[in-house]
Amino acid sequence: MKTTFGLLMAGTMLMGTAAWAETTLTIESWRNDDLPVWQQTIIPAFEKAHPDIKVVFAPSAPTEYNAALNSKLDAGTAGDLITCRPFDASLALFQKGKLADLSGMAEMANFADVAKAAWQTDDGKHTFCMPMASVIHGFIYNADAFAKLGITPPKTMDEFYADLDKIKKDGTFVPLAMGTHDQWEAATMGYQNIGPNYWMGEQGRLALIAGKQKLTDADWVAPFKELAKWGPYMGDGFEAQTYPDSQNMFTLGRAAIYPAGSWEIAGFTQQATFKMGAFPPPVAKAGDPCFISDQPDHALGLNAASKNKDAAMVFLKWVGSEEFAKLYGNALPGFFPLIDKPVQIDNPLANEMLGWRQSCKSTMRSTYQILSRGTPNLENATWAAAANVINGTQTPDAAAAELQKDLASWYKPQQ
Amino acid sequence: MADRKAVRWHIGIFLAPALIVYTAVMIVPLFATLDLSLYTTVDQVRHFAGLANFRRLFGDPIWSEQFWNALGNNTWFFVIHMLVQNPIGVGLAALLSSPRLRFAAVYRTAIFVPTVLSFVIVGFVWKLILSPLWGIAPGLLDMVGLKSLFAPWLGKPGTALTTLALISVWQFVGIPMMLIYAALLSIPDEVLEAAEMDGVTGAAQFWKIKLPLILPSIGIISILTFVGNFNAFDLIYVAQGALAGPDHSTDILGTFLYRTFFGFQLQLGDPNMGAAIATAMFAIILAGVCLYLFGIQTRLRRYQF
Repeated sequence: MKTTFGLLMAGTMLMGTAAWAETTLTIESWRNDDLPVWQQTIIPAFEKAHPDIKVVFAPSAPTEYNAALNSKLDAGTAGDLITCRPFDASLALFQKGKLADLSGMAEMANFADVAKAAWQTDDGKHTFCMPMASVIHGFIYNADAFAKLGITPPKTMDEFYADLDKIKKDGTFVPLAMGTHDQWEAATMGYQNIGPNYWMGEQGRLALIAGKQKLTDADWVAPFKELAKWGPYMGDGFEAQTYPDSQNMFTLGRAAIYPAGSWEIAGFTQQATFKMGAFPPPVAKAGDPCFISDQPDHALGLNAASKNKDAAMVFLKWVGSEEFAKLYGNALPGFFPLIDKPVQIDNPLANEMLGWRQSCKSTMRSTYQILSRGTPNLENATWAAAANVINGTQTPDAAAAELQKDLASWYKPQQ
Repeated sequence: MADRKAVRWHIGIFLAPALIVYTAVMIVPLFATLDLSLYTTVDQVRHFAGLANFRRLFGDPIWSEQFWNALGNNTWFFVIHMLVQNPIGVGLAALLSSPRLRFAAVYRTAIFVPTVLSFVIVGFVWKLILSPLWGIAPGLLDMVGLKSLFAPWLGKPGTALTTLALISVWQFVGIPMMLIYAALLSIPDEVLEAAEMDGVTGAAQFWKIKLPLILPSIGIISILTFVGNFNAFDLIYVAQGALAGPDHSTDILGTFLYRTFFGFQLQLGDPNMGAAIATAMFAIILAGVCLYLFGIQTRLRRYQF
């Protein structure tokens, strides 16, 4: 009995060794929602071109990913390829020597600096993950409602408020589908959405990091001043309206404009029964240059302890290619390729938002790089500040002054 | 040769299971937490820091403002429970123990049921009831013509904490009710009969005879409420999230500890500062319990029947 079992084991192991002849790559990720897309679309496309490499996409739950990945890396059991969170989480892994340096890869030239910044050392000398996707902020609107009320997507803030006034006067739709209960929408879809037009995108963001601008400067207070006007256009009791409430409000056709992130596209396309369009954050005056928040979301890095580095590099090169960008961007509309070349996306709403990259300059959320390393955390403080300003419990100037005080309390260049 | 007293091994053996389990899951973690609060971590290396974490917690305005805010909110949370939950609990128990009440068992069960529900369910259900978009609260108020009284209570800094405290009262009012109910039932009939002979009946009987007899139970309930409230976390976390909005107006010590210890969003966790907050919470609860044990309980008069 025991011998039979032993033989069976040996047989299995032999078979295992036979399969080993073709390399198997394992990808660590938190994007468990995307598992079917990887299994049905992305991996088959790669394996067709590289029959000698097998790829396994092995995601874990988003909330567990960071902790699980850290312990797997420490124990030496992590996969060959690691999906990288933007900024500090991945930077810490690189500094601990867990992620390999990918600066030398030729494919890195396919990406603009702003696309790579989330996975670089502070001095920009080392890049350790191949950028995959970003999310873009803007406004998604109910096109049927706009047609019915005879309004057009606004280009300037004045037009934006004129549209909102018309929608409000008509009374059929709630003008803005947004609530302040969960706080992060106020900061992410409010402040970080319209803000770049005021602080001139990268120029202001980098000046803030360098300590040349302050959060109390007019450029940084202006978006708060705009948010302070939004409350009356939001639904009754918006103070207790949660994020899922706002999503449902919009997809049920009860609201006209949804301050959005592009990750909503897939869900909205499925649920909404009306036509949708999108417009970028309106600028202050006609003719002003426009900026969009094009937030890097995920990238792919190489486990420094991987035993299949050659095969993993082949995969990484493919991830850095135009072919992958087109494949990925279409399989997951709303997660946009970061590649510095125009990519055709079939989903019309996603394509519209992606087109803004041509007409506007890209930047990212001002609080993500470096500025949220200390306590109090600037990103979290901005949530509360933006929600307070919309609720009318704090003036724009007071909110900005408090954020500046918090930041200056630990960040040297701002002291 | 004098008999030496036999070593009574069985005492130790019988105590051991409970002692070992209690030490492993309560005492060791408690001292580990106290110990953790004395260290600080710089560049992934742990250093002994003495009381530096506490100096920061109470001396640095960034930390102390949050701490006093959380402590103040926590106190208000407790005050609402003491003013609303416990009197209602006593009142319900008095009604339930009335011999003329029919269906007492049904009421007792109905009032006690929320206590066994999960916080997640309670938080979610009440968020839906009070939702300005889909909730039934605005509709119900509208039916009686009081729509103007409705406000997004969970979203306003002035009302959110009180609303949450009342939700918690709704959930837990069954506990004082049951304890007082049991205490009322244990009052011997002779005492009540003697009171009736003396002409003390009805409400006067409750105030003059029954209430003094259940005071020790009310004391125990108060201290349970105190410990429960200053350790509270779940309901706030479920209903308002770890940032305890709006504008930290519902932040209590539990959520402040959670945010600090485990981190939140881009904020990385700081176990050492978290342990300092946990230690402060422990000290507050310890002080409260001591105050009760030595200051109040020893003065309560007990009656032996």
